[in-house]
Amino acid sequence: MRFGDISQAVGHTPLVAVPRLSPPGCTIHLKLEGHNPTGSVKDRVAKYLIEEAERSGTLRAGQRIVEPTSGNTGIGLAAICRVKGHPLTCVLPENTSQERKQLLTLFGAELVFSPATEGSNGSVRVARELADADPDAYMPFQYGNAANALAHYETTAPEIIADLPEVAAFVAGLGTGGSVTGVGRRLKRWNPDVKVYAAEPEYGDLVYGLRNLDEGYVPEVLDLEVLDSRIKVNSRKALKATRELAEVEGIFAGVSTGASLVVAQRVAARLPDGADIVAMSPDGGWKYLSTGAYAPGDLDELATSISGTLWA
Amino acid sequence: MATVRIPSVLRKHTDGAAKLTAEGGTVGEVLRAAAAAHPGLEDQLFDDGSVRGYINVYVDDEDIRYVSGLDSPVTPDSEVALMPAVAGGAPA
Repeated sequence: MRFGDISQAVGHTPLVAVPRLSPPGCTIHLKLEGHNPTGSVKDRVAKYLIEEAERSGTLRAGQRIVEPTSGNTGIGLAAICRVKGHPLTCVLPENTSQERKQLLTLFGAELVFSPATEGSNGSVRVARELADADPDAYMPFQYGNAANALAHYETTAPEIIADLPEVAAFVAGLGTGGSVTGVGRRLKRWNPDVKVYAAEPEYGDLVYGLRNLDEGYVPEVLDLEVLDSRIKVNSRKALKATRELAEVEGIFAGVSTGASLVVAQRVAARLPDGADIVAMSPDGGWKYLSTGAYAPGDLDELATSISGTLWA
Repeated sequence: MATVRIPSVLRKHTDGAAKLTAEGGTVGEVLRAAAAAHPGLEDQLFDDGSVRGYINVYVDDEDIRYVSGLDSPVTPDSEVALMPAVAGGAPA
């Protein structure tokens, strides 16, 4: 495979079965998005956010981009913006891991921090304030930009269909909702019997604690109609499954992958015998090493100590 | 009795308790029983008999909207969890 520059090398990731962690009567396959150029599924989204805005004329050559991002989208955007000539400001929760901050800075992005206790919502708020104050800034806003789900509709899902036409179910984590919505819609158009499940991270009290109930925020990208169910996964279960992936299947993934695997294992019993399930693996574990998620130790203690940063 | 998990924002209505137990064969019955024991919860949880949109209710980790809503069955071992909607959450 040969490409003109890094923005063209996005996608075409491996779909890898995890037979040792699949319940009897089904096979779970992971879509290993960590194989993208900057190491996450968000390369697909970043590429679409920029290229769709350029195509529509919303984004001019050299125009500044401001985006709230918990890390992966920012890193993807930063690399794409480098080669496309856009300055980038990322707004991210202050508890984002050091690896991510260093990568963003290396790619030339300017970093602005929002309070850890406000999670993604805080980043959205601060980014909106910055974008409103600067008429020359363009905010792609992955939470509300149709290009987010479109990236998955036009690239991720067709790859899955090409590699595994018999796919019976798809599982992905809920962040912006882009992957469940985009992949889910395309798979259901391909075969209306395909089931789509969301794995919802269960944040620790630290994250929920200072939040007011009326701050509940639903990304416009998320289409709840495409979901057949939504199942929450706590940090301990997600971490346990993530570590098992390395120990049993030789796959080093981020903790969101473990959450999707937990849901895939749970819904397997609802599917026809012999069903093939695709679970999204949004990234590898590299950017989370400093959180301690992969360190030796008691699972309960690890899950408690990292619950504030795990999903950041 | 089923366990009901209370998010920190609602604990002022449960004397600080993070977990309650309540009787009931459905999620609706369990939540009504919890609200009967802690009257402050009633208005926070329900609006005209429906669960308020900014609260997600899960029975054994599954969103009740995709099970049978307030009629979703509950066993004595079940956990009913209330969670504020956050990014990726339900319609407000």
